Amino acid sequence: MARAPQTLFDKVWRRHEVSAESADCPAVLYIDLHLIHEVTSPQAFAVLRERGLTVRRPERTLATMDHSTPTLTAQVFGGTPIALEAARRQVRELEANCAESGVELLGLTHSQRGIVHVIGPELGLTQPGKTIVCGDSHTSTHGAVGALAFGIGTTEVGYVLATQCLLQRKPRTLAVNVSGELRAGVTAKDLILAIIGRLGVSGGTGHVIEYRGDTMRALDMEERMTVCNMSIEAGARAGMIGPDETTYRYLEGRPRAPQGEAWERALEAWRALPTDAGARFDREVDLDAAGVEPMITYGTNPGMVIPIGGAIPQRPGDAAFGQALAYMGLTPGEPIRDQPVNVVFLGSCTNARLSDLRAAARLLRGRRIAPGLRMLVVPGSQQVKRQAEAEGLDRVFLEAGAEWRESGCSMCLGMNGDVVGRGEYSVSTSNRNFEGRQGSGARTLLASPLTAAACAVRGRVTDPRELM
Amino acid sequence: MEPFTTLSSRTVVLPGANIDTDQIIPARFLTTTTRAGLGEHLFADWRYHPDGSPRIDFVLNRTEAQGCRILVAGRNFGCGSSREHAPWALADYGFRAVISTELADIFRSNCLKNGLLPVRVEEPTSAWLIGHPGAQVTLDVAAGTLTLPTGAAVSFPLEAFARHCLLRGLDELDYLLERRNEIEAFERRA
Ligand code: SF4
Repeated sequence: MARAPQTLFDKVWRRHEVSAESADCPAVLYIDLHLIHEVTSPQAFAVLRERGLTVRRPERTLATMDHSTPTLTAQVFGGTPIALEAARRQVRELEANCAESGVELLGLTHSQRGIVHVIGPELGLTQPGKTIVCGDSHTSTHGAVGALAFGIGTTEVGYVLATQCLLQRKPRTLAVNVSGELRAGVTAKDLILAIIGRLGVSGGTGHVIEYRGDTMRALDMEERMTVCNMSIEAGARAGMIGPDETTYRYLEGRPRAPQGEAWERALEAWRALPTDAGARFDREVDLDAAGVEPMITYGTNPGMVIPIGGAIPQRPGDAAFGQALAYMGLTPGEPIRDQPVNVVFLGSCTNARLSDLRAAARLLRGRRIAPGLRMLVVPGSQQVKRQAEAEGLDRVFLEAGAEWRESGCSMCLGMNGDVVGRGEYSVSTSNRNFEGRQGSGARTLLASPLTAAACAVRGRVTDPRELM
Repeated sequence: MEPFTTLSSRTVVLPGANIDTDQIIPARFLTTTTRAGLGEHLFADWRYHPDGSPRIDFVLNRTEAQGCRILVAGRNFGCGSSREHAPWALADYGFRAVISTELADIFRSNCLKNGLLPVRVEEPTSAWLIGHPGAQVTLDVAAGTLTLPTGAAVSFPLEAFARHCLLRGLDELDYLLERRNEIEAFERRA
């Protein structure tokens, strides 16, 4: 009998079942790659110590530091101590935990350090068909190569350290089918914001999304990562894209990708991964890419999003909506265009890869940011930083009046010293506009690197196509 | 973990939808390397003024909220980050159950690992609870029921394995450690 057609997700899931789920018990799922960072791992190591356990497969875990670490060169390299005491403690604790357990650490001054979701693919560790977890919800980023990658809590970080496994119920599948060509000035970030606007912030709950269709096939790997990164903002466990020639070209020759004969073998296995024709998804949603405009958020979750030329919706009688807009200091029914902006943040695991920096630099070249505006450019990894400098992008940013930093999560979340002030408006290329996310009282508008650059130049919310 | 069988308490209500983990515990409090003490910072930006004084209009600062161990929240509670600091903060504050029409996936899983019962109810029950803050309700893990002060009992979904762990105070790590032979066999196959 012919095997029933399977989805990419089904194939990866089944290959990692140590034992399948039953009515009484979740599946035991084997984890190929575990990424850890300084904020969500200390308590997991503490539990291991309390229970007298050791790390079962240290070579399957890689540690880096990104969330609480400073981005000022002097504090990273210059012998100036890390300003925040708590960050200092977390850095030291991760160093000690890795030394004790034999887990490899790309530490503060390592040339390959960076945001955990940027360095995995960059090193070629993120590979099709792998199961990948990290104590961080944006682990979904790694699904761009056709891996099953999802965020876990700290207790589960401990489970993976101790057993290399997790107990999981099999999620449902959701196909997001996108066809058509993105228009000029419309990026992968706009596309995923449009998808979240369509699904809603809990529309993907309980599901793994597979992004499909000719639009997805046409995206390069970094764009696919931007899309998969924000799957969690629609509530989904993970986002995946079937591997193809674009994926293989991206991975070939990366330091931790298979080499030589092992590469050929891997390639053969990867080619069998994409969803079979006729495979069924639990749900499907279709979207026309040609209709997508540059998008921007106006509220306090990523689903509160509109085309940049649009007006802020009105929802009389919806108290929570009213509160969100009061927090944002924005008025229903008004256009978002020309809203004054105080800060522009170009960074995060969503949009701080080389192509993102290039896109913003193209628009900023020969221009200056608006007087009084602060623009922070934070590359996703130290490698991205060096590549950008080799291309002279740092000069473009500095000459425009922006700050150029060492890599890290920075202003994406207000815990490392890089914050947006109370009441200030920030146009940010990151993934979350929650109340207080970028600092207590900060007001975040999420957008693409192109839009962020345009807003920096004008000091107001600006459609990037006006400056292109 | 302590076994979790039944819980009777008055409720505290936060009616808004999509209350995210950055509201439950803002990132600037994730600087700890232990689990304890986060309750103080629970909902910090709603609970305190920038100068640290309490906002008297926030529900947790009202006298009738003291001692409540069940939180009723709007749809999609706990969305956002995977930070387990969110359930740690809720549990450290004294909550033992969260009721909503929908709980975000990772948050829900993190709750179960910290003796915090995630209770998903249908819209009418949620609307009743939101309309009756401070109602005395009872949760029964074995039966999987929520009993309202009206005497009405509604059931909530709880999968068999989670129920088993809660009732006996077991944790999943013991279960996984016992699967050692199977895990080794898998590694040899792979
Ligand atoms: S850049 Fe932001 S979203 Fe990405 S891992 Fe860091 S804190 Fe999380």
